[in-house]
Amino acid sequence: MSPLLSVRNLRVDFPTRSGMFEAVRGVGFDLGRERLGVVGESGSGKTMAGRAILGLVRPPGKVTAERMELGGESILNLPESRMRRLRGSRISMVMQDPKFSLNPVMTVGRQIMEGYRLHTGESRAAARDKALEMLRAVQIRDPERVFDAYPHEVSGGMGQRIMIAMMLAPDPEILIADEPTSALDVSVRNEVLRILDRLVGARGMGLIFISHDLNLVAQFCDRVLIMYAGRVVEELPARDLHAARHPYTQGLLNSLPRLDRPVERLAVLRRQQGWRDAPPEGAA
Amino acid sequence: MLTVEDLDVWFGHPPERVDAVQSASFTVPQGESFGLVGESGSGKSTILRAIAGLIDTWSGRIEVAGETIAGRHRTRTFHKTVQMVFQDPYASLHPRHSVDRVLSETLRLQGMDRVDQRITRLLDQVGLGQGFRFRYPHQLSGGQRQRVAIARALAAEPRLLLLDEPTSALDVSVQAEILNLLCDIRAERGLTYVMVSHDLAVVAHMCDRLAVMRAGRIVEQMDTARLRAAAAQSDYARALIAASTGYRRPA
Repeated sequence: MSPLLSVRNLRVDFPTRSGMFEAVRGVGFDLGRERLGVVGESGSGKTMAGRAILGLVRPPGKVTAERMELGGESILNLPESRMRRLRGSRISMVMQDPKFSLNPVMTVGRQIMEGYRLHTGESRAAARDKALEMLRAVQIRDPERVFDAYPHEVSGGMGQRIMIAMMLAPDPEILIADEPTSALDVSVRNEVLRILDRLVGARGMGLIFISHDLNLVAQFCDRVLIMYAGRVVEELPARDLHAARHPYTQGLLNSLPRLDRPVERLAVLRRQQGWRDAPPEGAA
Repeated sequence: MLTVEDLDVWFGHPPERVDAVQSASFTVPQGESFGLVGESGSGKSTILRAIAGLIDTWSGRIEVAGETIAGRHRTRTFHKTVQMVFQDPYASLHPRHSVDRVLSETLRLQGMDRVDQRITRLLDQVGLGQGFRFRYPHQLSGGQRQRVAIARALAAEPRLLLLDEPTSALDVSVQAEILNLLCDIRAERGLTYVMVSHDLAVVAHMCDRLAVMRAGRIVEQMDTARLRAAAAQSDYARALIAASTGYRRPA
């Protein structure tokens, strides 16, 4: 089966006063109908890779790739007008904090309707039904009330569910979720993940789940890419994460305190220069 | 070292008054490390801020090292005894003050002698070294900034450190370094810690005992062994522990 998204040798460069800063340095992967986790620390390039796929890297940043194909069609450096048609309808993104991604002066319902109508050309009445249906799908108990609410009137967890409802309304093939639950409390986090899990599974979507939380990704995703300094240093099935072979992945796992495994002292990660350049472990 | 009794903290006036903390009581003996955990809005940071004198709308009794505290005013002895480290190392350091100035100002305010020598020692102690002495915050990473914030807190040679989510803005590998540093300092100086965190694993690693908070109230106090065994007594604490062990895919 051909992948939903195929990326080869993706690079993102930013010119700076002290030369070129390479934020993403040759990332490649295929995404099928699966939950793909992308893990790394701040500055590893995981967010920038996601933004590059959506065509959201602003100049002077430069995106290059050998291949970046959505359903077999190249989407590399498309003109903004064409990219805008893809974004939302075929690939969507949910970001970390709903406070900054929802329009504060527009009711929740109107925002969901606007996005949906833009991509489908449906009537107002159909869009309203769709918005209410989506709010129900993300388990908002009183969708009519939330439909008429402004973003400041809802909690963080509800805001994030609204974002998911909005992004999934036009039925995209791929959802890129960038730290979608990092701003949420644990109990709310698990609820949002359950909703995301169910919707992505039921619609046969491809999900790229960007996160700094290794354990969460191991539990939530099917497959994991571990990024370091703009490269993928290791790729493995999520359930095998704890058997990771790359010293960086092992170091990250060991530096986490765990409830079930008390230690006297936490292991400290010793970064090695070689990690920046070595080819990925198990690379084909 | 620290006794908190029937602490109420509120913001605003009726009818909009918010009761952020309601009748919280706990005691932390000298040398112990005590954790306050709970979800956002549960009042855990508010308790720390009331102790530190950053909030004046509270009632109840707070006693630190035998000294009873009132309102917002804090004596010189208080600041010599108690210091605080905040969550966001980007916001808690003055952007135009060098590390040297941050530390020397604090030392002079505390009436310390041999300022120069003390700065050298403080920087060594938090693992930064002399190379960082004349740097500005924007020239430091998040972890290095938090080390400066810890050095500043230690400058007064306090006996009680209030730690408000000291590592939640940091990457996990940096978090490990800072938590190790805090452990070392406590062992060396016999300090008492009160640490606020939403991360139960961090609290289990750092603390001897903890209080679980919900909606402004302490629901349960337990020791770390009980937390690790997930043997909490209240339903809420059990649910919180279960949720924080991660996501389970519905069958």
